[in-house]
Amino acid sequence: MKKVVAVLLALMMVAGMVYAEDLITVGYAQVGAESDWRMANTKSFQDTFTPENGYQLIFDDAQQKQENQIRAIRNFIQREVDYIVVAPVVETGWETVLQEAYDAGIPVILSDRMMDVSDELYVAWVGGNFVKEGETAGHWLEDYLEKQGRADEDINIVTLQGTIGASAQVGRTEGFGNILAQHDNWHMLAMQTGEFTQAKGQEVMESFLHSYPDIDVVVCENDNMAFGAIDAIKAAGRTCGPDGDIIIFSFDAVRAAFDAMIAGDLNAAFECNPLHGPRVAEIIQKLENGESVDKIQYVDETYFDTTMDLEAIKATRAY
Amino acid sequence: MNLLGKKKLNQNSFLLIVTIILFFAMYIFGCIVFRDLNFGRFQVFLNLMINNAALIVIACGMTIVMITGGIDISVGSFVALSCMMLANMMENQGVGAVQAVLIVLVTGVVFGIVQGFLVAYLNIQPFIVTLAGMFFARGMTAIISRDMIAIKNELFTSWAQFRIRFPFGGYVNRRGKVIDPYIYPTVVIALVILVITFIILRYSRFGRRFYAVGGSEQSSLLMGINIRRTRFIAYVISGFYCAIGGILFCLNTCSGFVEQAKGFEMDAIASAVIGGTLLTGGVGNVIGSFFGVLIKGTIETLINFPGVLSSWWVRIAIAALLAFFIILQSVLGSKKEKGARA
Repeated sequence: MKKVVAVLLALMMVAGMVYAEDLITVGYAQVGAESDWRMANTKSFQDTFTPENGYQLIFDDAQQKQENQIRAIRNFIQREVDYIVVAPVVETGWETVLQEAYDAGIPVILSDRMMDVSDELYVAWVGGNFVKEGETAGHWLEDYLEKQGRADEDINIVTLQGTIGASAQVGRTEGFGNILAQHDNWHMLAMQTGEFTQAKGQEVMESFLHSYPDIDVVVCENDNMAFGAIDAIKAAGRTCGPDGDIIIFSFDAVRAAFDAMIAGDLNAAFECNPLHGPRVAEIIQKLENGESVDKIQYVDETYFDTTMDLEAIKATRAY
Repeated sequence: MNLLGKKKLNQNSFLLIVTIILFFAMYIFGCIVFRDLNFGRFQVFLNLMINNAALIVIACGMTIVMITGGIDISVGSFVALSCMMLANMMENQGVGAVQAVLIVLVTGVVFGIVQGFLVAYLNIQPFIVTLAGMFFARGMTAIISRDMIAIKNELFTSWAQFRIRFPFGGYVNRRGKVIDPYIYPTVVIALVILVITFIILRYSRFGRRFYAVGGSEQSSLLMGINIRRTRFIAYVISGFYCAIGGILFCLNTCSGFVEQAKGFEMDAIASAVIGGTLLTGGVGNVIGSFFGVLIKGTIETLINFPGVLSSWWVRIAIAALLAFFIILQSVLGSKKEKGARA
């Protein structure tokens, strides 16, 4: 019996901790913890929405299940949080529960993925701009070739695409394509999906090297496929990176991509920024002050190449 | 014979009472600890039902199968298949909502017939049969489509969003919005199925046969029960309930996606076991399984509400509860054996 009382008391203390006055409560329904990117995304929220900053974060890890996220949102509504932030597992099927939040007057902010619902059900969306990432990569390639004095040469390009239909694949292909279209001397020899995986990226790159002996540039729509492609290039007796004969760059810019750049295998990596927390906090502050906010909000994204002090940057990276 | 029967019933009701007490204890605990977070609101309880309507129905089917001494681990995959079929038929094939629902129900029965036939008439281990069923259903879901399909069918979404409001117990929230407690039609369907199943199992000769077959094949043979047919029917009912559960699940999520309802079968089995159903067969009660589902839901809410605990604790709490109930069952079981010997 004593033990039971002790456990009860302990739980009450835990519960007591969460009754903090005057803090803005934010319920955050996160997808899960499936990747480094996602963990960095979570940490960004946890670091931003702290009591010191005037917030109380109610965090729920949905373990990759939509029904868990729906349940979490219902709990947030009953708990009467001030704001609900959702990084949806899937894009569809949110109408019912968001209507419940809407009826309760709680603003919903989406992070990362979009939801397939009517506009009035959420106040804002925060995420990466994949098209812009692709365009940034295109501009970087322009500059790079210029510096090498190859701006007017014929450049043969191949692309390892992500999983077809994924928003990252669609956006990055489109963005790079926009810059490609401005250069008559750039030739896209082939585009094929490597499904965002290292193994598939390597396989596709092997077949590319086999079919096209004169590849100048490899575009990889995520880092993992680039790692596979680098292995394939080396296995074929070719070289890549800043000192090699094939220019290769990728998207996401996870830590391992920094390692590849430091090792001289990868030319550049274009960031897909997971640090959505500060931007969401900014939106909430505006709403608190009664200001209006833009519906679509892209986070700032940058890029890294081998001309930078990569060791120093890597040390500051969250993922 | 008579004495043994009585004892079994006692054991059954004892486990049920433990489950019900546990549920209320947990719920009241939540109401006290999270009183400032509105845990005591009627809507929080209703949300338990709204979130778990599909699981309630599927746990009913699972309970019947487990009473006959079998198991059905195909249910989660079949729920995903049902959702995908509904989404695909309504969005891509232009089938009406009513027809789509009927087709899913028929598919559920056919699915149950096949599994039941293999288990009952070909004497294949239920675990193996339903394991195959699980892979088949998940595979078929991916074959139909690997995309997420949103259901926008007007009739179907109007069912999904139709709120049945209670005329009492309304509250004004912090933002000054008046909210009447509400449920969705899914809850009503789940409760109707629960009550019907309870009545059949408790009061009909048809329902008592499941207990007889699961309790002792020998004596049910002597009683003149067609064991194979009884087993067969259990899987057919489970298949049918799965289809209903799938439709309820789909009404909650309004989408078809291959990853949906993963591990749902384990939730259903856990709920049944927490509710006092024996894996060895012969003992079980859908009311217990219903409370099993509510306990699972309450644990989730308790852990989700404060927002400081990782949601993975839900699994650990359920594991602890399962262990507790299994030990309780085996203690009771050994007592029964002793009593029978004496």
